[in-house]
Formats: sequence, structure tokens, C-alpha cells
Amino acid sequence: MASHRESPEKPGKTRQFKEMDHAIVRFAGDSGDGIQLTGSLFTHDSAVLGHDVSTLPEYPAEIRAPAGTRAGVSSFQLNFSSAEIHTPGDRPHMLLALNPAALAVHLADLMPGGTIVLDDDAFDTAGLGKAGFSGTDPRDDGTLAGYQVYRVPITSLTLEAVRPLGLDKKQASLCKNMFMLGLVAWIYDRSAVSVEKQIDSLLERKTTQPAMLEKYREQARANKLAFRAGYNYADTVEVFVCRYAVGKAKLLPGTYRRVTGNEATALGFLAASVISQRSLLYASYPITPASDILHELSRYRHFGVRTVQAEDEIAAIAMAIGAAYGGCLGLTGTSGPGVALKTEAVGLAVMAELPVVIVNVQRGGPSTGLPTKTEQSDLLQAIYGRNGECPVAVLAAHSPAHCFEMAIEAFRIAIRYMTPVFLLSDGSIANGTEPWRTPEESELPAIDLPQGLPAGDYQVYARDPGTLARQWVAPGTPGLEHCLGGLEKQDISGKVSHDSANHQRMVRLRMEKIQGIAKDIPELTVFGPAQGDLLVLGWGGTFGAIHHAVERAQRRGLSVAASQLDYLNPFPANLGKVLRSYRQVLIPELNAGQLRMLIRAQFLIDAAGLNKITGQPFRTSEIELEILRLLGVQGGGRQDPLPPNEEVHGAIGA
Amino acid sequence: MTNPKYERKDFVAKEDVRWCPGCGDYAVLSQVQRVMPEICERLQLRRENIVFVSGIGCSSRFPYYMNTYGFHTIHGRAPAIATGLQLCRPDLLVWVITGDGDGLSIGTNHLVHCLRRNVNVKILLFNNRIYGLTKGQFSPTSEKGKKTKSSPMGSIEQPIKPLSMALASEATFVARASATDGKNLQEILLRAACHRGSAFVEILQNCNVFNDGAFESFTSAATRQDRSLYLQHGSPMIFGANRDRAIRLRAGFPEIVRLDEFPEKELLVFNESAAHPGLAYMLSELDEQAFPVPMGVFRCVDRSSFDELLDEQIETAVAKRGKGKLLEYINSGDTWKVTAP
Repeated sequence: MASHRESPEKPGKTRQFKEMDHAIVRFAGDSGDGIQLTGSLFTHDSAVLGHDVSTLPEYPAEIRAPAGTRAGVSSFQLNFSSAEIHTPGDRPHMLLALNPAALAVHLADLMPGGTIVLDDDAFDTAGLGKAGFSGTDPRDDGTLAGYQVYRVPITSLTLEAVRPLGLDKKQASLCKNMFMLGLVAWIYDRSAVSVEKQIDSLLERKTTQPAMLEKYREQARANKLAFRAGYNYADTVEVFVCRYAVGKAKLLPGTYRRVTGNEATALGFLAASVISQRSLLYASYPITPASDILHELSRYRHFGVRTVQAEDEIAAIAMAIGAAYGGCLGLTGTSGPGVALKTEAVGLAVMAELPVVIVNVQRGGPSTGLPTKTEQSDLLQAIYGRNGECPVAVLAAHSPAHCFEMAIEAFRIAIRYMTPVFLLSDGSIANGTEPWRTPEESELPAIDLPQGLPAGDYQVYARDPGTLARQWVAPGTPGLEHCLGGLEKQDISGKVSHDSANHQRMVRLRMEKIQGIAKDIPELTVFGPAQGDLLVLGWGGTFGAIHHAVERAQRRGLSVAASQLDYLNPFPANLGKVLRSYRQVLIPELNAGQLRMLIRAQFLIDAAGLNKITGQPFRTSEIELEILRLLGVQGGGRQDPLPPNEEVHGAIGA
Repeated sequence: MTNPKYERKDFVAKEDVRWCPGCGDYAVLSQVQRVMPEICERLQLRRENIVFVSGIGCSSRFPYYMNTYGFHTIHGRAPAIATGLQLCRPDLLVWVITGDGDGLSIGTNHLVHCLRRNVNVKILLFNNRIYGLTKGQFSPTSEKGKKTKSSPMGSIEQPIKPLSMALASEATFVARASATDGKNLQEILLRAACHRGSAFVEILQNCNVFNDGAFESFTSAATRQDRSLYLQHGSPMIFGANRDRAIRLRAGFPEIVRLDEFPEKELLVFNESAAHPGLAYMLSELDEQAFPVPMGVFRCVDRSSFDELLDEQIETAVAKRGKGKLLEYINSGDTWKVTAP
């Protein structure tokens, strides 16, 4: 829907304005081009303007993959909207490509008829060759037919713009991402001043070393010059025929900030420590994509947070267990391969009944797998991946901001039930961002701590009749000296026991304790009709795509509901009832069908799976298409052609 | 609150001790229980503030037999668990009980890093040069050629020397004692308890079932004086039942000299607090066939412990930024307000 109005920048000149309810923009370039920074600046500006935002950053696993190659392409997708959104969007409306490789990698995703802005200077013979275009040039061989293409000499215009600063060519050309940002800011009707302020504050925050300050100021100056040049270029040169305007979203009143999943996770754990007034120890071994939690928590020393970069994954959980034994909040974080190493220690925490939280930011597996990609393939590892009958509580965050409350919830459950708790996040949640309405004091949840000390002769494994938890008695408590350990213990007394009947009783007790958590967690809610033709059940980071797909199916008048499990072990008490309220159940997962296997095994329901194991999140359209297929609706009105579906129906347990 | 006057029996747990009859571990347990009252007195420490953390193996049953707090954990990980505990609870005196398999095979990594960081824990490594609990396989400290169930033709592995590894790990307190020499062991335990940071004590302990007599040639009452070298800080390294021989360095290598042929004042004086660990390393590497076996404190240097350094950072951060306030912190930086329409 196009409308005309006066451009605010150039009175008198008529510009076409297109109003959109949302816009999806993808920045792409070489991994050294500052794509993530560019995306992040534009996202912040969007959020501050009042749009709802969701992002999908993607970068190569190599720190510096060969420049100009497809392997070295880094990208950042932003969806900003006037309505509530939950995903970074399927296909971008606009692709900005700083080199031929970026165009090659991302073109297939662009919406039909979409807009391409490319750095014309980068499409020389060398650039084309590195990107794998031998003897052809995508700009004029018909590859880009059907798209709106803007060829802008971004590199040379950037060099021209920063010339007054006298930078060397390499330094100067590093500013081309800011020129690109200038173009985008103009196209989407942003204020140049507000973006420039962002550039300033970002770069000044980058260093605390006075010696570096001048260097960063100079960088900021260069970046602003390049940004402004891009903005003015778009405004002056009448190449861009159209500007786009997206309205503000109706968000709940309050204070907002943008968070990544890893930041929200770290802040949630910090909150758990503040709320419970127990000091927090986070021990972790660096691993992608979990390391940012370590980086973030390491900045909280003024809250008394202790972080240790452990010598290995086992040491990390061992330190967390030691902290828990000492009456503090013991926390470790990692990704799948790290969890594999920690499993024996998780068993110790189960046996000793100590509250430890393990956050797993899942990535593609098995083995080293796809470190920088996302997957949900560690669900069964979290629930079952240990020797012996070894139940633990398992929770999942479903979006970046949701990590905050689930991190607090993980400790609430760990302490109340004296058990290890897994919190599952994933690569896309960890690095994705969304606006977060920060909590008021009154909105922070409570964490119940054990009150009083055991009276009389201390029985180490005496249990609270309600929760079946034993009491948390830390060293330093006079008269209650005792020894914990990994050997089976006598019920109640906690002495070492090899008695066979006692072992069975203890195994059952540990299971019942975990199952009992179901009484203490929220019932599963559904989005949509309480009963109907189809329930789309998900867990974790698929929330946005599922929600959006179901929303679209509902708009077609279909009887479809969505539900997202934040609690995977135990399941919410009403899950069976919810499942039986729909004729069919569809479980989309970024794995080969792990939740589906659990649901089938536990509820004897023939749930269908939609399984994608590409390292990429679901697209809304992929789920929507499967909904239509299951409900026998022909996919009329579908806008996007679907990529080959990575479906593996029946791969597990069927 | 004045500290209670403890006795040995205050540290004896009710639990029945279940090591094999004749095991060297009994002697260590007994010496630890005996020296605890003095340690508590010295450090003004109460019993409830003492924790024994162990891994897996015969020696790792130790915490069950102490009437203190204890944690019998998993194989090799005790130093890491103790690290987490001690960092959060610097008010506790944390001991780690480990063995040559637990500490030097499956858990070597943690031991190295615990020592390097100077975590304020006291590590007692019971070295019997054999795997006991799994019934008699060679260990990382077993001598080359050792015939066991898993090495019927003799072990082909070079053994590791626990003290050399501790020194290479930048440990600040490194000592050796024999379970059979109670007086010396007690002295070393006391010094270890009072040391700032990690104290590493190798305790030579006989496994009478699977490796009987491993240390007999230099730790028995009959051989001890002649075959052991008791290190004394600030004294020359003289040994022998008649105190008639000594160790000195020639061209950088150790040799044994007779005192009647070599004036005492020209002997090398042992210095446990030397900044350079070279002398300690020379001693830890002495061939036990050709030389006396050094006992006592090899190295004792002062360095900030891990918990002290971490707490210093916390204090610095609080001084610089003020004590963290959660909501203020969450709402700092780039935030924006959305108001009701």
C-alpha cells in the first residue's frame, strides 16, 4: 500500500512512502566487515523508536575465515514491526550485500521481488572469483532478475567520505558498514542524529583504557562521517525511489532494553542470587555459544558474583557442586559437548541432592558439530544422559528475554527440591535479541529458602513431606557434621548403604521428588481454542515460529492451537489433558524428534513430527505449510516457496 | 566466642572404619585425628568449619571416618569441588584427600590447576603406588616393570613423581611424609593447615594387600634414619643413622659426600622458601635407589591465595562502582520507556 507524503528531510521534494506493518532487513558481508555491529545499531534504533524487534545474527565458526569467500560470510537479520512479533522473520524484504559472496549465500532467502543493495565496488574480478562466480557476474547475467537492485559504489564513496581524517586505506574502508547503515537508515525513515548518538555511545563504552580512548574517538568520527555520507547519498542521489515507514508497536508500558538470550540468562542468575541472598558462583569453560554468559557474569563482581574460568567442563560443574555444598548458588554453563563431559558430576549432585543449575546453550551436534548454529538436540541428553536412574528437572527458555525468568525459576526449583536443574537455551536464543520490559521490584519472583535447622538427631536424608527434598545444611553449622557422597545412602539416615531394598526405595524417592515438581509449576496454556483439530506443541526457541504460524493458520479460520513447553521434566500436570483435547498433535523440533518420542512414550499419542536439523531456526512458513498439510488444506495463498523440508518422520521411536 | 578445647576423640566419627586390616590408611587417619585439636587451636577454628573432600579410591573413604563435614565425591574431581567450596566459603578449612590414581591419573588436571591457582585447600595425596579399590592394577606412580593383573609382563610406563608434578604446577607448599612416621607427619599436617593457599602433601602409605613393602626400604623404623633425608630449612642436607653423609651439588647435579671428607660449612644449605623451585625439584627427582629419600617440606613460599585475589576484585569493584543494585543495574545503559497510549 503506497502513499505519498512530503519528505521530512527535503521540503518540496515528493518522495514515495510505503507504509509497512513490518520490515525484514538482512545485512551481509565478510566476517571482518562489522556486520554484527551494524545490525545491532540498527536494531537498537528500531527498538528505541518503539518497534517490536527480533534478530537473527549468523557468523562463521572460524574467527577469520578467508576474506571474500562464502565460508567467511557473516549476516544479521532484523525484523522490526508495528505489531507484536516473535521471530526474526522468514525471508528478508531487503538484502544488503557488501561483497559477492554475501550475495551468493543469501540471495536464495530474499523475498521474491525484494530489494538488494550491494557494494558495486566489491564486484571486481577478484571478488567475484573468491565468491565462486567464475566468468559470470550475477549483476548482469539474469541472476537478479525480478528483484529491485541498487548498485552503490559503497567502498569508494566511503573512502571519499572519510578522506578528511587522513586514515590509511584499510582503516578507511572499514567504515563501509557505516555507509551501508546510512543508506538503510534513510530508506527506513530514521533520524540520522539518533543513529549517530548510538555510534558515539557504543564506541565510548568499548574501552576503559584512557590510552585507547583517542583511538576510539577517531574511529567514531570516521564512522559517523561514513554513516552521514551514506544517509545523504540516499537522500540526494535520486536512486532510491521509495522510503518505507513502519509504525510503532503497541507494547506494554514500562522500561525497555534490548537483551540477547545470554545476557538475559546472566541477569536472571544474578537476580536469583540477589533474591535468595545467596552468593553465586559461576564456573564455566569457554564454549560457543555459551561463553557470553561467562563474560557477562564476570562483569558482576560488584554484586559479589564469583566466576571461575575452569580448567575443563568437569571442573566447572565440580566447582558449582562445591559451591552448592557450601550453601551458595552453584552454577555452570556450557553447550552440548560440555554437558557430555559433566554427566558423571550431575549424577553426584543427584545422589547428594544438591541444588546445582546447568545451563546448556544448545548448538548443532553431535561431537563438535556446528558450534555457531542452533539445534534442539540435547533434550534427551538433559533428561536421560547419565548413568543409573538419575532424574533431574529440565526447563527451557523460549525466547531471549524469557531466559531471565527461567534462570530465576531454575534456581527456585533447584533449591526447593534440592536437585540439579538443566536450563536449556540454544544458539539462536543466545545470540538473538528482543526488547525486554524490565521487571519492577514487585514483579520479581520469590525463592523460598529453607527455614530453621533440623531439630534433634540430624538425619541427612530426612525429607520434607511436601516436596520430598532433604534439608540444605552447609558446613559451618554446629552439631550437624555429616558426610555426603556419591555412594547410595540409607533412606533417612544418609549413611552409606548397599542394601538392595533400600536402593530401590531411594531410586523411587528421587524420581517421585522430581515428578512432584509438576505440582509446583504453572499449567500448560494454549494459544487458540481449548480443543480443536490440531495442537502444535513446541519447546524452547521454536516458540516464535510456531506462534506466528499458528496465528496465520487461525486467521484462515482453521481450528489450530499452539502451546510451548517451558518445563520438560517433569511436564506440566495438565499436559495429557491438553494433548487429548485435539484430534491431531504436531511437534516441530530442531532435532530428529526427541520431544515427540517422549510424548508418544508417556501419553501413547501418535503425535506427528516436523523436524529440521539444518542448524537454522524454523521459518514460520515451514510450520504453517505442515499445519495446512495435516489439516488437508491445499496451500493456497502461500507466499513463499518452501526449501526442501528436512523432515525425518519416524526416525526415533516410531 | 572462645574456641572449644578439642581432643582427638572429637574428630573420630561413629562410622566403622572399613579399610583392610594392616592398611597404611589407618595410621594417616589416626595422625590426622590426633593433630586436629592443635590445628583448631592454632587457627582458632571450630570443628564445624572443617571439611574433608575426597574423590574415589581407598583413601577417599577418609571423610566418612572424620567427625567433621565431609564430601566423598567422584573420581579425580575432589580438588575442583573443593575449589568451588573454598571460594564461596573462605571461612572453612578445606582438606582434599586423594590417592595416586585419583589425583595423578583420572584427576591430574584438577590437581595441577588447583595448585597453580593456589586455592586455599590442603591436599593429602596417599601414594601407595598401586590401585587398591579396583584390586591391584599398576598406578601412575608404580615403578617400571611392575607386574600386576593389568601388567602381567611388567608395566612399561614411566612413573610420575607427585612432588615434581606439584612443583611444576607452581605449588606454594610441597611436602612429603611417611604414614609410618607419625611425629613427622603431624608436624607437616600442622604446617600444611597453617599455610596460605594450596598445601600439597604426598603421604607414602603402604598397601599391604596389593603392594606390600613398597616403601619398606626407606620408611621402616630400621631403615628410616639411614635411607631418608629429613629436610630442615636453613640446615645442610645431612643424613644417615650416624649423620655422616650429605647431599651437595656438583656441576649442577646432586651427589652424596661423606662428612669426614667434606667440611660441613661448605655443604649446600637447604632453603624451602627460595623463590626458584630448582633445589626442591632436584630433591623431588632424586633416584630413590641411589640417594636417600627426602622427607619434610620441600617448598614453602608465600603467595596470595585464589579466594583472597577473587575477594580483592570484588572489593575493588564495589569500591569503584558501588555495591550492585539489581534493578538499577538492569535498567542502566540503553533503555527506553514505553508509555500508555
